[in-house]
Amino acid sequence: MSAATSQGSVAPRLSGDEIPFNKHRRFKQQSVGDWIVDIIIALLVALIVLLILYPLWFIIIASFSDQGLVSTGKVTIVPLGFQLGGYAKILADSRIWLGYWNTIVYTVIGTALNMLVTMPAAFALSRREFKPRRIILFFFTFTMFFAGGIIPNYLLYKQLHLLNTMWVFILPVAVNVFNLIIARSFFETSIPEDLHDAAQIDGLSYGGYFLKIVIPLSAAIIAVIGLYYFVQHWNDYMTGLIYVRDSSKQPLQIILQNILLANQTQQGGAGTGGASMANQQQLADQIKYGVIIVSTLPLLVLYPFLQKYFNKGVMIGAVKG
Amino acid sequence: MSSVVANNVTPVRAAAGVSDTVEVIDNEKALKAMPLPKRLARHLKMYWHLWVMVLPAMIFVGIFAYIPMYALQIAFRDFDPTKGLTGGRFVGLKYFNQFFKSPIFTQVLTNTVRISLWTLVMGFIAPIILALLINQIGSKKIKGFVQTITYMPHFISTVVIVAMINIFLAPNTGLIGRFFEGSNLLESTGLFTTIYWVTEVWQHVGWNSIIYLAALSSVDTSLYEAAKMDGAGRLQLIRYVDIPTILPTMSILLILNMGNVLNVGFEKVWLMQNAMNLPVSEVISTYVFKMGIQSNQISYATAIGLFNTLINFFFLVLANFISKRVSDTSIF
Repeated sequence: MSAATSQGSVAPRLSGDEIPFNKHRRFKQQSVGDWIVDIIIALLVALIVLLILYPLWFIIIASFSDQGLVSTGKVTIVPLGFQLGGYAKILADSRIWLGYWNTIVYTVIGTALNMLVTMPAAFALSRREFKPRRIILFFFTFTMFFAGGIIPNYLLYKQLHLLNTMWVFILPVAVNVFNLIIARSFFETSIPEDLHDAAQIDGLSYGGYFLKIVIPLSAAIIAVIGLYYFVQHWNDYMTGLIYVRDSSKQPLQIILQNILLANQTQQGGAGTGGASMANQQQLADQIKYGVIIVSTLPLLVLYPFLQKYFNKGVMIGAVKG
Repeated sequence: MSSVVANNVTPVRAAAGVSDTVEVIDNEKALKAMPLPKRLARHLKMYWHLWVMVLPAMIFVGIFAYIPMYALQIAFRDFDPTKGLTGGRFVGLKYFNQFFKSPIFTQVLTNTVRISLWTLVMGFIAPIILALLINQIGSKKIKGFVQTITYMPHFISTVVIVAMINIFLAPNTGLIGRFFEGSNLLESTGLFTTIYWVTEVWQHVGWNSIIYLAALSSVDTSLYEAAKMDGAGRLQLIRYVDIPTILPTMSILLILNMGNVLNVGFEKVWLMQNAMNLPVSEVISTYVFKMGIQSNQISYATAIGLFNTLINFFFLVLANFISKRVSDTSIF
């Protein structure tokens, strides 16, 4: 056993038996080569975390900083020249409130409908004794790989009088097949079959079994699927762009695009007299940073609560097709 | 509550087990002898709850996924607004030919393939590397922290992502843009694809690594121990234990990705487009939108969309077929 050395090792390895009470046996056992690999891996991971975190952090500090200092590159680690002018403007902007309200309505009603339709269907498809489930499942999964596309959709919504209504944000996306499959896999693998046998003996119907036994045991998957749908609705930009003309019905993402990308802040928000051009530009910049934070806030608030379920949720669904 | 139920029932089940199986066999025989309507009635009596549960989802998918598929026939007809989804004179492949012969065809197709291939390849490799790296972290706390951070950007909306790109790359003032004096990265034709895939990887690398991490967490630790006994170093453990473990997952994801060869996210390209980068940023989906919704050339746009879908479908089936032959992994 002591003869076991890895390639490129210099120091002789100690076997586990020689250091019986050492909790960090793994590290003591390592050769120099492994030690170097460890350091490189640690550095790489640190670099990746930094690369992902820093842009997000920068938006946050820039939203609180003096824009003169931001645009000259002085703001790097912490906010400088603390200012809340951007946030004050955002809170006073009626477009943002309207967009926010619309998006909340679409997201809440939409997610509720999503859950009501997806969860029971996923349960039904998880029952192995339900023979037609194979063909029904194919009916769903086929739509993941073949779809009509935006023009046929547009014509259909027109015929159904969904264009320019709130329902175009809700009804067409009532079922996300990917989420349906994830939920089905969860019911199949994580709810013990014994429970169903027991429920049958107690005289519970499928409906009763689903409501009284399966749902209470499915908090994890309800949280994950709920979050997926919530994010899908919250971030939906395309529906508003393609199928809605009425500006009073536009969701937050469309308003955001108007503010962030089309440079309409000056005419829309900051039309106050007296401020110089430079000041106006700075205010517009700060509004951009602030609006990113404000629009992403609900997700940032939800995120820590649901995060622990992610691994489970994605793992279950994605491998099975 | 569940444990009580389980405790109460286990002996009952055990006792009932024998008679249960006998009954099932009888049912199967009886079932086959039954005429169809009777069998159907019996099925509905047993399973009508399940049908009620699955039907709403089927109706929604039927209306919002299958009716548009049926409406794809507009691609072969002169669209007539008075005749609804399926009306109009049959013109065969007229609109397909119009697209193939138009000067924009090559440009749009090349752009789409270039952007999507870069994104597919990089977006496929990056999560694997990240997962292998994260898997090497010993401390559970640090691992959890790294995962939390890397998953986060996945939930940010496309509008915000593109706004961030614009802010960071803005000439003279942006965090990155100010280092490129005199050139506007946002309008550069040479950098559009790079900006697209780099930000795409930035946003989704963490999230897409979850599936590999899940596969890696299922590795039997005794496998590592055995490999260490045989003198495997850290890198060899990755090469000979970790990578073979995630290989099936990799091939499934590769198949699924192949089904998206011509799918470039409409939203992001649309939002990143400007007059200067249009020659490299016009892709099929944005062109369909401009033709169909903005210029009202319904049949032409539908034909282009259908062409896109068919190519994707072809690649998906092809990749699935190859993978089935080579590694016995397939999605259908």
